[in-house]
Formats: sequence, structure tokens, C-alpha cells
Amino acid sequence: MIVRVMGEGQYEVGDDLLDRLNTLDQAAMSAIEGGDEPKLDEHLEAMGELVRQEGTKLADGDLRPSEAIIPPSDLTLDETKELLSGEGFIPDPPA
Amino acid sequence: MDGLIGRLTTVVRAWISKLLEGAEDPSVTLDYSYERQRELLQNVKRGVADVVTAKKRVQLQSDKLEGSVVKLESQARQALAGGREDLARAALERKAFAQQQLQSLDQQAAGLEAQQQKLVEGEQRLAAKVDAFRSQKEVIKAQYSAAEAQVRIGEAATGIGEEMADTGRAIERARDRTEQLQARASAIDELVEAGALEDLSGGGDYLDRELAQMSVGGQVDADLERLRGELATGASAGELEQGAQR
Repeated sequence: MIVRVMGEGQYEVGDDLLDRLNTLDQAAMSAIEGGDEPKLDEHLEAMGELVRQEGTKLADGDLRPSEAIIPPSDLTLDETKELLSGEGFIPDPPA
Repeated sequence: MDGLIGRLTTVVRAWISKLLEGAEDPSVTLDYSYERQRELLQNVKRGVADVVTAKKRVQLQSDKLEGSVVKLESQARQALAGGREDLARAALERKAFAQQQLQSLDQQAAGLEAQQQKLVEGEQRLAAKVDAFRSQKEVIKAQYSAAEAQVRIGEAATGIGEEMADTGRAIERARDRTEQLQARASAIDELVEAGALEDLSGGGDYLDRELAQMSVGGQVDADLERLRGELATGASAGELEQGAQR
């Protein structure tokens, strides 16, 4: 399947990677609940690293959409609030 | 509970749906969106120019702070050599504070640098996708039935939409970083103006005056000592003279 690491591009990875990503995702969610940004960044970085290690980078001109999008490792706690509420995380396209 | 990956994927898909909303032909919408994206990227280029200006300002500030750190260190040494531990302490406190500000500036400048790099890479990916889309859409239209072509073009449009969402976030992030850096730089300007980060001679010549007084004081002490010595010798010489006269 294809995953996107936000801010880095897309990778083709084995379907089995999703379970490992979900485990890290749960840890990241716990870090958010604990208000621990360094811990959050650490888990996000681990997600990105897993994809970089196990996946193959897609060519820039590949037009296939991603099945899953992994947050960037520089995600702040404030941004997670935007992300979880669904408001404002991605700015509107220019009018 | 939905994790971050699931949440982000949903948010990006919703954003793309909004982007392509009401598009009878996604390729037309996409070309139009791309033009708007190009405009935004032009803004980003101007933004990057602002960042370069901000970084130059920060560099000047860093140089000045580094100069202060060196001077405060030598002032502290001078004060300590003169037995003025209070002054040495004041100088070292300012030095530590200046070093802290330097570190925070460097960190922010590095963060901005990384953000800028990601932005440039994102722009390249987006441009590559749009080029690919432009060459493929005619092929798709020629090879597939209208309905099938629309599905495939819709998929490709989603692929580009994803890149646009990603770039959009990178643009926003770079802007935030620039603003943070500028705010930091302004705050440091204020601290410098208030004398909190200057070497002590810059803040109303306090340390230099004290050090000057100290060396003047030392001079006075030395003169006093010399005079005392001369007087003592003179007195004993006088006594000897008086004794010899007796």
C-alpha cells in the first residue's frame, strides 16, 4: 500500500507495516493526552523512520493517492488539537 | 479511538473533496487550482525572501551577542583580578543570559531552515505531479471510456490534492516559524535596548566606570602606599638627621 509521510512524500510499504504504525500511533495519542510534546515527536519520528526504512519512495510524478497519511514529526500539541477537531490543520487553498 | 494517522487521512481527504467540490471535470478544476497554488508558491518565494532578511538580522544580532559574551567574560576576569566579586558576578550573569538568547535564536533559525527546505522539496513534488497529470490526462481520455476516464482522472486529482494539502501545511508552518523568529529577534532587540544583554559597559558604562574606579582606586591606594612609604622613610631619615645633630 501507499503511505504519505507528511512533509516528505509518498512510500510504497507492505500491508503488514500498518499494525506497527498503529502501535506507534497509540503511543503518540498517549503522549498527546499526557501533554508530552517531546514524546509525541519521538513517536512520530519513529513512524516516519519505519516507513523510510521499510518502504520504497515513490517517484515525485506518481499520481496515486495514499491509503494512509502519517503526521510530520514536527507536529506540535497545538496542531494536534486542530487535527483532532478537524479545523484549520490544513489552511484553505488560495481563493 | 481514532489514531493520528486515521484522523489526518480523514482530514486530508475532506480537504481534497472541498477542493474538487462541484467539479464536473476534475482536470479543469485542477488546472485552475494549480494556478492558484502557483500564486501561493510565488507568495512563498516572497516569504522566503523575508526569511532571508530575517535571518540576516538574526545573524547581526548573534554576532553582536557573541561580542558581548566575549567582552563580559574579560570584564568578569578583570573585576575578579581586582577583588570585585560582585562585579564579576554581574558580568557573568549577563554573559549567561546572552548565551541563552543566542542558543534560542540559533534553534529557531535552524527550525526555519529545515522548514524552508521542506517547502522547496514539496514545491518540486507538486510541480512533478502536475506535469505528470498534464501529460497523462489526455492519454487517459483517449484510452478509456468517458466514465472510466473520469474515475482515473479523479484518482489522479486526489493524488495532486494530497500534495497540495501537504504543501499548504508546509507554507503555513514556514510562515509561523518566520513570525516566531521575528518575534524572538524583536524581543532580543528590546532586551539589548534595555541593557539586559549588553556587556556592562554598554548599559550606562556601569562596569567600565566601576572597573575604572577600581583601577583609579588602585592607583590612589598605590599612591597612598608610596606616600606612606616616603613619609616613613622621610621621618626616619629626619630622625636620623636629628640624631646625628645631637
